Amino acid sequence: MNALLSVAGLRKSYGPIEVLKGIDFDVAPGEKIALIGPSGSGKSTCLRCMNFLEKPSAGEIRLDGERIGVRNGHVMSDRQLAPQRAEMGMVFQLFNLWPHLSVIENVAIAARKVRGLPAAEARELALEMLAKVHMTHRADASPLELSGGQQQRVAIARAVAQKPKLMLFDEPTSALDPELVQEVLKVMEELAAEGRTMLIVTHEIAFARDIADRVLFLDGGTIVEAGPARQVITAPREARTQAFLNKIRH
Amino acid sequence: MTGFSIFFSVVEGLVAGLGVTAFVTIASLALATAFGFFLALLRQFAGIKLINLAIDACCEILCNVPALTHLFILYFGLASIGVKLTSITAAVLGLGLIGAAITCAIFRAGFAALPGGQAEAALAAGLTPLQTIFEILTPQAMRIALPALGNYAVQLLKDTSVVSAIAAPEIMFFARSMVTSSFQTTMIYATAAALYLLLSLPLMQATRFLERRYGRLKG
Repeated sequence: MNALLSVAGLRKSYGPIEVLKGIDFDVAPGEKIALIGPSGSGKSTCLRCMNFLEKPSAGEIRLDGERIGVRNGHVMSDRQLAPQRAEMGMVFQLFNLWPHLSVIENVAIAARKVRGLPAAEARELALEMLAKVHMTHRADASPLELSGGQQQRVAIARAVAQKPKLMLFDEPTSALDPELVQEVLKVMEELAAEGRTMLIVTHEIAFARDIADRVLFLDGGTIVEAGPARQVITAPREARTQAFLNKIRH
Repeated sequence: MTGFSIFFSVVEGLVAGLGVTAFVTIASLALATAFGFFLALLRQFAGIKLINLAIDACCEILCNVPALTHLFILYFGLASIGVKLTSITAAVLGLGLIGAAITCAIFRAGFAALPGGQAEAALAAGLTPLQTIFEILTPQAMRIALPALGNYAVQLLKDTSVVSAIAAPEIMFFARSMVTSSFQTTMIYATAAALYLLLSLPLMQATRFLERRYGRLKG
């Protein structure tokens, strides 16, 4: 068994409300997994549990065999979690770029602070990453001067600069104007082509069908259906998957 | 004496207090900002209930009792139990501690105004909580806090006049003692007002400049 990421028995409750009711899946190295499902199904919560931005109530997450977020039976502190989180690059729905730093600093800062690269090397790395997302020309701009699509591309560069084993995308195009969605999806497609391991929460069904190897359909805190992307999206077996896909196609 | 020479002797007398006014303002501003920022960090991020309670209680006491009362406690109260502070020390300590309660609230509001995603993105990138606080959150919170801090600084400059009550030899202290000896009431207090303006207007301009230069980031 050589999964890069393995999730077993993942549960998450907020008070009496159980949002994740036992999630199990594995991700092989280089695999792209799309998490789809209606809002409130728990897909974002599930993704945020991977790097412990949400602390799971139960279950086990392993990245490359290493147990995430728990050491000797205790949930790790944010300080202890930092090196594990650095192995996962995360892209947020609302970009969350740091507005007091220039574009290039947004991409370079973690390399300096987390991996201890000298400033010049971090800058070089950042430029390389910005080239990947076609944003080199805005390296010295403030994030606030950029369009949503440009901000998200910079956020992707920031995540890739971590040289992560796994990339987490939390609805990366949901906050974008419709005409800006494609430029972000195109960048993600290019990353996918590089053989990166990606876990993507998305409402872009066509994108999931074309890019993902497998799709997990979540509803009510459980995985209702999982399988090859094309099969789940074009010929879903479960009634709930069919209902969901019908609803968003119209 | 001609009117002019009286005026100049008044100015001369009051300028003697200018240095103390400036010193008390700068020293208590420094104490207030440094200590207030430290308290704000503790209150906002340490997450220890007992400390939070203690900080809240101290801030309420400092903010809701008149400055003059605090100064009398520090200067006369402590002296009566054998701790003798100079009037200037008591002034800086008193105004500095009251100011710490004020700037603590200002900084906390700055931190609270930041979207939660800012810290999340930093932690997700592998930054430690301390790096997140100092590299990501503090620079942004400072910008939000700047206008309120500027207003506080000007307010503080004016409030240093109360320390004349514990005989700190600042502008109003000299003004009052000159009034009792010369009865040039109007001219002396008007000159004192002019001196305060001379200090506060540039301070106001300086804070406006800082706001323009480093102020809140606009989207």
